[in-house]
Amino acid sequence: MIFFWSFVVGGLICVIGQLMLDGLRLTPAHTTSMLVVAGAVLDGLGLYEPLIDFAGAGATVPITSFGNSLVHGAMAEAEKNGLVGVITGIFEVTSAGISAAIVFGFLAAILFKPKG
Amino acid sequence: MSDKKKKKLTPTQQEYQNFANKREPKRPIVRNCILAFLIGGSICLLGQLISMFYMTYFDFTEKTAGDPTVATLIFLSALFTGLGIYDHFAQWAGAGTLVPVTGFANSVASAAIEHRTEGFVLGVGGNMFKLAGSVIVFGVFSAFVIAIIKVVIMQFMGGF
Repeated sequence: MIFFWSFVVGGLICVIGQLMLDGLRLTPAHTTSMLVVAGAVLDGLGLYEPLIDFAGAGATVPITSFGNSLVHGAMAEAEKNGLVGVITGIFEVTSAGISAAIVFGFLAAILFKPKG
Repeated sequence: MSDKKKKKLTPTQQEYQNFANKREPKRPIVRNCILAFLIGGSICLLGQLISMFYMTYFDFTEKTAGDPTVATLIFLSALFTGLGIYDHFAQWAGAGTLVPVTGFANSVASAAIEHRTEGFVLGVGGNMFKLAGSVIVFGVFSAFVIAIIKVVIMQFMGGF
């Protein structure tokens, strides 16, 4: 069942993105930025975690989960160390995504030549 | 275009804008949304399969499987970007390939590859986050504000 819901929820989040692109005529950068902020706000309200429990990768794969993870890392560290933890913990959970993007992006630049 | 922007234009420019708007091809929103749904859903389904793989064959739990899953998807996305397949695919998949984390990886990898001719330090290093940077900046800043608000509320509640 989790497979079905991950497909449906992930697909619906992409439809929201498509509507922002086509309906509101936003650029892709505006769309993804707004989705990330939306994910952070939803996590701030405590609504994103239940969505992950419900839809699994349907909620963790879209870029909205990046905002969610940023808030999560900041909060986890803040609970231990107070306000300073917000700064020190913000990348704690998203480290995998950012490091992977940098490492594989760099490797891609070494291995592949730009196509005309 | 917003009215505010329109007021600044001369009458001739306004006329041209109207003319251009009429001739702009209509976007097939319904078709695009269906494609975005199917492709975005499929990428998430693939993510679910990968996380199941990590949970079955490695010691990951449902909570911790997310990180290796995202890293795997980013690897695949960078690979397909390098091979020139992803951008081809993204042209008709729209938000279906943009919104999942693969779109983030695609923007990093494609910027890195594109600016390679300018050298590794100034080109690849300097431009890698040209497109993806806004996501990180706005994500981090909003997360910072939200976390501060939450911490202050929690301490306020705890104080009583």
